[in-house]
Amino acid sequence: MRVVYLDNNATTRVADEVREEMLPYLSELYGNPSSMHTFGGQVHRKIETAREQVAALINAEPEEIIFTSCGTESDNTAIMSCLASSPQKRHIITTRVEHPAVLNFCKTMSRRGYRVTFLPVDKSGRLDLDELQSAITDDTAVVSVMYANNESGVIFPISEIAAIVKARGVPFHTDAVQAAGKIPVDVKKIPVDMMSLSGHKIHAAKGVGALYVRRGTRFSPYIIGGHQERGRRAGTENVASIVGFGRACELAREHLPEEGTRIKEMRDRLERGLHSTCPGARTNGDPENRLPNTLNISFEYVEGEAILLRLNEFNICASSGSACTSGSLEPSHVLRAMGVPFTAIHGSVRFSLSRYTTDEDIDLVLEKMPGIIKELRDLSPYGREAGQAGAHSP
Amino acid sequence: MWEYTEKVKELFLHPKNAGEIENPDAVGEVGSIVCGDALKLTLRIDRKTDRIIDAKFRTFGCASAIASSSALTELIKGKTVDEALRITNKDIADYLGSLPREKMHCSVMGMEALQAAIANYRGEKPRRAEEGKIVCECFGVTDEKIKRVIRENNLQTVEDVTNFTKAGGGCGSCIPEIEKILGEVRGERVAVKPEAPRRKLTNIQKIAMIQEVMEREIRPLLQADGGDVELVDVEGDKVTVSLRGMCTGCLMADVTVKNIEKKLKELVSEELFVEAA
Repeated sequence: MRVVYLDNNATTRVADEVREEMLPYLSELYGNPSSMHTFGGQVHRKIETAREQVAALINAEPEEIIFTSCGTESDNTAIMSCLASSPQKRHIITTRVEHPAVLNFCKTMSRRGYRVTFLPVDKSGRLDLDELQSAITDDTAVVSVMYANNESGVIFPISEIAAIVKARGVPFHTDAVQAAGKIPVDVKKIPVDMMSLSGHKIHAAKGVGALYVRRGTRFSPYIIGGHQERGRRAGTENVASIVGFGRACELAREHLPEEGTRIKEMRDRLERGLHSTCPGARTNGDPENRLPNTLNISFEYVEGEAILLRLNEFNICASSGSACTSGSLEPSHVLRAMGVPFTAIHGSVRFSLSRYTTDEDIDLVLEKMPGIIKELRDLSPYGREAGQAGAHSP
Repeated sequence: MWEYTEKVKELFLHPKNAGEIENPDAVGEVGSIVCGDALKLTLRIDRKTDRIIDAKFRTFGCASAIASSSALTELIKGKTVDEALRITNKDIADYLGSLPREKMHCSVMGMEALQAAIANYRGEKPRRAEEGKIVCECFGVTDEKIKRVIRENNLQTVEDVTNFTKAGGGCGSCIPEIEKILGEVRGERVAVKPEAPRRKLTNIQKIAMIQEVMEREIRPLLQADGGDVELVDVEGDKVTVSLRGMCTGCLMADVTVKNIEKKLKELVSEELFVEAA
């Protein structure tokens, strides 16, 4: 059976063009880019090409790009570098809705004696910039705020945030893992010091990420060892994945216009369709400032894992912020921070599209979802009234 | 993705006995939508024979909650009320082949719904309301429930208690309390056997244990009130600590030091005494 993959914020399929580009580096071109011989040298040159391609996606200079093993490493490296650069400063500012790569890193730092401010968000998942403004002190070593949220898709006003932070002379990092390749990202227009990127979210292979470090920013490496990446990230390069990442960034640039048109239209059709056919549906997150590929929608009085496993029967892949899917007993920290009501917080489903998503994929979800929600709601002791009322609403 | 057995999948996708009996002889309701799972069990019972003729459920929750509820109804149909009361959460899990450890609380929910329904049938007060005090505020779990589940399933760790009862799975502030209860219940078992003589600790062991207790038991509590403590030195049985943060200059500092001493005596060695630097 065909797989309907609508979980692209979790990971994406490797583009065919990317795989083709990678293959020689998994077979005949196995040289070490650090070697003196021509055989290794050609690999080195290819990595530099990839660096240019990654830089181009965010309008950076190639020497501002450091390859890492993943988005998480980029995030950890960025924050750690800022802390190491001003060891006398003991305060970190971030948000309550960050990816665990930032959130849990900051929590760990808080256990190691740092003071951490976790900025709240409103019901739509938006930040209060005045609150950010007043949280910054002379003791603040770094502000790390994500570009776009992986769960809700909400895009933060990163230019304004960066301007506020830089006006106070504090280093600013943003996790742009979900934003890059989906919306235009331009480091020449945003005064950001560091930015994290990940390969596998944009149709490259898993195991490669990048950290943008603005020229002139104080930097202290996280992984210590050899002189790779000009001494800023030791360890022999994951050559094939880096090469593929470069190509994936090039493809992402080419396809960027499609994100705001075809992909967004499919997402909107899915959203409208689910709202009209499934009673008690509510979209989570600011619909105005949202990634074009992401829909986070809750179905009241039913539980998310149950929805996912019913969808799974039709080979439809999605995610949920419900407690049961996370292995923890509490629903997603993002939805909790947004104050999603208790009737809906356990029943969230995230659909995330990509350029490989087709109209048929959306059709299948729209066909199957009303039945799934109805059956699960029939099983549920709650919301019987809601279900009946919904049947009469438009 | 959870590793569910075929039986769990089958009962989740095609649940048996879903629904609600009209004018039931017994109703058992447990859980809540806030906590993420809830079960309403309705029974038809022949009052002459005390036999359960029919059972239906409505469940809000994940696949294993739905399958556990369905399994419960299958298990109890045809049984007398007394026979049904002997069913434990383990029977439900066994009926399903097995449940992932993290999902065992779904089977416990089934057992509780049954107990609540039978109490309702017999005109008794539901067990939960009258028994015990709330330990886990996040999920409303009482000490009595925790004790019962520890005994019935021979649980060994706090993690297990969370898997089976959800207690401690929210904010985590009740974890020290759960550890205490776990210690008490396990102590009951140990008490049957002669207690093993306490080993004499080496200095290295003693310091390591003191450090561990400070990190795990003492510092989180003080930090919660904006204070902190640092271990300065251990000489023989004398432990020197330095109070930090809000603890510095606190009028209760002496009491805090005494409490640290109590904790160290309890968990490391009776001989220890604590002084503030």
